[in-house]
Order: sequence, then C-alpha cells, then structure tokens
Amino acid sequence: MTRLIVTAGDGTRHEVEAADGLSLMEALRPLDIGIAGECEGSAACASCHVWVADAWIARLPEPEDAEADMLDCAFNTRAGSRLSCQLRVGPELEGLEVTVPHA
Amino acid sequence: MSGSARAGAMRDVAVIGAGPVGLFTVFALGQAGLDALVVDALDAPGGQCAALYAEKPIYDIPGRPSVTAAALVADLVQQAAPYAPLYLLSRRAVGLRQDGEGFRIALSDGSEAAARAVVVAAGAGAFGPNRPPLPGLAAFEGESLFYAVDDPERFRGQRVVIAGGGDSAADWAVILAARAAEVTLVHRRPVFRAAPATLGEIERLQKAGRIRIAAPRTLAGLAGTGGRIAAVRLGDGAGGEEEVAADALLCFYGLSKDLSALAGFGIDAGASGIPVDPASMQTRRAGVFAVGDIADYPGKLKLILTGFAEAARAAHSALALLRPEAARHFEHSTSRGDPAARAVQGGDPAARAVQGGDPAARVHA
Ligand SMILES: Cc1cc2nc3c(=O)[nH]c(=O)nc-3n(C[C@H](O)[C@H](O)[C@H](O)COP(=O)(O)OP(=O)(O)OC[C@H]3O[C@@H](n4cnc5c(N)ncnc54)[C@H](O)[C@@H]3O)c2cc1C
Ligand code: FES
Repeated sequence: MTRLIVTAGDGTRHEVEAADGLSLMEALRPLDIGIAGECEGSAACASCHVWVADAWIARLPEPEDAEADMLDCAFNTRAGSRLSCQLRVGPELEGLEVTVPHA
Repeated sequence: MSGSARAGAMRDVAVIGAGPVGLFTVFALGQAGLDALVVDALDAPGGQCAALYAEKPIYDIPGRPSVTAAALVADLVQQAAPYAPLYLLSRRAVGLRQDGEGFRIALSDGSEAAARAVVVAAGAGAFGPNRPPLPGLAAFEGESLFYAVDDPERFRGQRVVIAGGGDSAADWAVILAARAAEVTLVHRRPVFRAAPATLGEIERLQKAGRIRIAAPRTLAGLAGTGGRIAAVRLGDGAGGEEEVAADALLCFYGLSKDLSALAGFGIDAGASGIPVDPASMQTRRAGVFAVGDIADYPGKLKLILTGFAEAARAAHSALALLRPEAARHFEHSTSRGDPAARAVQGGDPAARAVQGGDPAARVHA
C-alpha cells in the first residue's frame, strides 16, 4: 500500500492508502472527487487530469507522447499537470501530493 | 407532421450513434430483415475508433489478431452496406417522441427522422468540439470564436488567436499567417505536434514576425461584447496573466463527448449509461433499445466485442417487436448466404444514402 495525499477541487484534503499496481486514476476514482476516468486509462479523455505538487514534478517519470498530446487538449493545465491514469501506484509514489483541478 | 423537414422515409429502426457497435447493429438488423437509418454527430462513422485512435491496432476483436481501428470501421461499414442504411451524419439526435406505432427523432439540424423502433448506440455521448470552460464563451461562438475554419478569407486583416498544439492549430496558424493582421499561437508547452514541414514553416513565420508563439500559456478568459471578441486573456499557469487584443479566437482542443442530448429521451441516460435488461437490451421505454458502451447492466464489460453481441441481441428483440406475426424461424448467416448477393437481388446496394458526410471517408488520424 502507498500513501497518497489528494486535494479535491473544493479544497478538501484526503489521505488515501492505495493498492500498489493500480493506476493513480484507479486509486483516486472511488473517492468521487472529480476523477472520472472515462476512457478507462487509454490517455484519450483527460478526465483524470491532476496537478502534482511542484516538488514531485521531477520525481515522476516523464509523460509519454500519448499523455503529453492528450494534456494538450486539457484545460487548466500547469507545469505539474499529469494524466493520473498514466501513473502507477507503487513505493516510488509514497507521500505523493496531487490536486484535482476545479472543473 | 410538425412543419420540420423529414430526413428520409420511415425506416424500421433508427440507430443513434455510428460507432463500431452502431455499425454492427445495422448489419445485425439487416440479417433480421429490418432496415435502418443511422445518426451521428460526426461527419464520418466509427465513433471512438475513428475519432480517437484510428491508427492504433486493436488486438481483442475475435478472429482478428490485429486490426487498426480505422480498418475495423471500414470493414464494419462494408459489412453493413448490403442493407443500404441511410446515414444521417453531422447531426445530433436531440429528441425522441412517440408517434403512433413508431417514433420521431428530432435532429440538431431541425429535421426529423422516423422509425418504428430505436437502438441507442451512443457510446459515451455525441462527439463535438472540446470547448474551453471559459465564462461567457457561448456568446462568442460562431461569431468570433470557432472550432473549425470553413473559409480562411473570413479572417483577412483580423488579429487571430489560435489555441492548441496539434496539427489543426499548426496548419491554420501557417495558412492564416498569410491573411490575418496578426496570428498568436497559444499552447500549454513550447512543443507542437505537427508535420515537420509545418513546424519548419512556423519557425520561419515566427522569425519573420508573422506568427507570435505564446507558450507556455493557457486560455484564461475572453473580453468583448455583442458576440465580438476584443481580447483574449492568457494565463501562465503560475497566477500571472496577459491580455492579447484580438478579433477572433480559434480553439483546437480535440473532441469531447456530450450525453446531454439524450437527457430528454425518457430512458434514464446518465453518467453510468442507460440501464437495460441484458436479456433483450430493452431500455425502460418500450421499443427503445441500447447497445455498446452506453448500455449498462450488472457485469457489463465495456468492450467492442461485448457491444457486437449486444447488437445481435437487440436486433432479435427488435424483430420480435416489429414483426410479431413472423414465424420464429432462425437461420445462421452461413445458411442465409452472402448478404451482398442477396441485396443485389432484392434491391440496389448503391442506393445506400448518405447525408452530411461520407461513410467511406478516411477517418481522421
Ligand atoms: C484509445 C482507446 C483505445 C481502446 N482500445 C480498445 C480495445 O483495444 N478493445 C476494445 O474492445 N475497446 C477499446 N476501446 C473502447 C472502444 O473504442 C469502445 O468500447 C467502443 O468504441 C464503443 O463503441 P460504441 O459504438 O458503443 O460507442 P462509440 O464508439 O463511443 O460511438 C458512439 C457514437 O455515437 C455518437 N453519438 C452519441 N450520442 C449521439 C447523439 N445524441 N446524436 C448523434 N450521435 C451521437 C457519437 O458521436 C459516436 O460517434 C478503446 C477506446 C479508446 C479511447
Ligand atoms: S482515464 Fe482517460 S485519459 Fe486518463
């Protein structure tokens, strides 16, 4: 299990113990805080867009082309924008902080 | 009739959505002896396969070890062709009402389609342009804010802001640089995804002062009155903003899906789909069935192959409903024989009608 810290669009903070091996999208979707995961993780919808905290940007693997291209079609993007379906929960993410963009 | 134009004669079944499952539904209906019309918001059939991942190989279609999404769609169109479906493309189904024994489907172009039964194969909703969530945006749409260019001359002498980072944004930046007074290309990162020749051209035009690149920047707001944009506000992602005086904004953020058109159909269409009885694919409304990604029941697997089986089931249900007098004779497709040959005997497959697009068109990459 890996501990994640998630801030929802309305500012509420959640601490999650997520099963390793899930995508971050799959770990966050059950919280019902705006991670829809409409395309089931195929990097084709951006409904799983999150902002990772600045300190985490460089610690995560670089987005692949498909993720970067889909983020090009997302709104409210920032330097820390990622598609959570493309990140895999595991020990490397212990303590990861992400924010769900408002709308 | 209520004054609105009729899009063709009454068909047995109206299929809403020309994705892979809607296309196979047309075939399955044809095998059952029922004819169909097919409505789609896009200008070509194929649904997600065509619009989102045409070039990707799919590996889990039974009997097809590997097939690109585009090739699968082309084959499904061909497989349905002997049954001469009427394609009503580039329009959304926006309303459904009972009319005697059948239904009338209101379409977004103001016309109506008529059918005795309906199969909703709407996937995750109608595809349309992905619209930025900016306050007041709708007031500018079609006046000074566009998601596609029909006539580049319209922008001659204007200050144009183009938002997006893919082929469409890059191509139009180059084309409009020759006509517009100013072109500003807005993108969330400095990297553009376009053909190498186009990228070279953009660099050249940027050096020549014909294109300004604003990246990393995102759209933050619009100013203007009476449908006319006066300025576009750009955010730098860290709280800072700048304003660009502009006459027009072109947004190229790909496609989004919209389920709202089905809200008034009386079939409980919601975020998790449309509830159906998996034994018949019937929705809560008699004569209206749902198949494919949008059909929801316990244990549902959202796969193309599941949708194909649901299409066959819905066709059998539609047959029982529309031809209750017909003897329950069953034939396998092998006994029934080549659909193409049968269609030639029974009618003219070239009579296949299309409005608003081209089913054989190469799907967008
Ligand atoms: C990147 C990606 C990869 C995938 N890979 C696979 C895979 O390997 N295997 C697999 O089985 N599945 C895969 N899928 C899922 C698969 O594409 C879907 O299950 C399939 O497309 C569903 O087909 P459908 O016909 O039900 O709906 P869709 O393909 O979503 O088509 C629905 C169509 O209906 C239209 N529509 C909706 N509402 C209206 C309306 N009111 N009026 C007019 N038109 C309307 C839409 O415009 C759309 O064209 C993948 C999906 C994606 C995004
Ligand atoms: S779930 Fe669709 S892009 Fe991540």
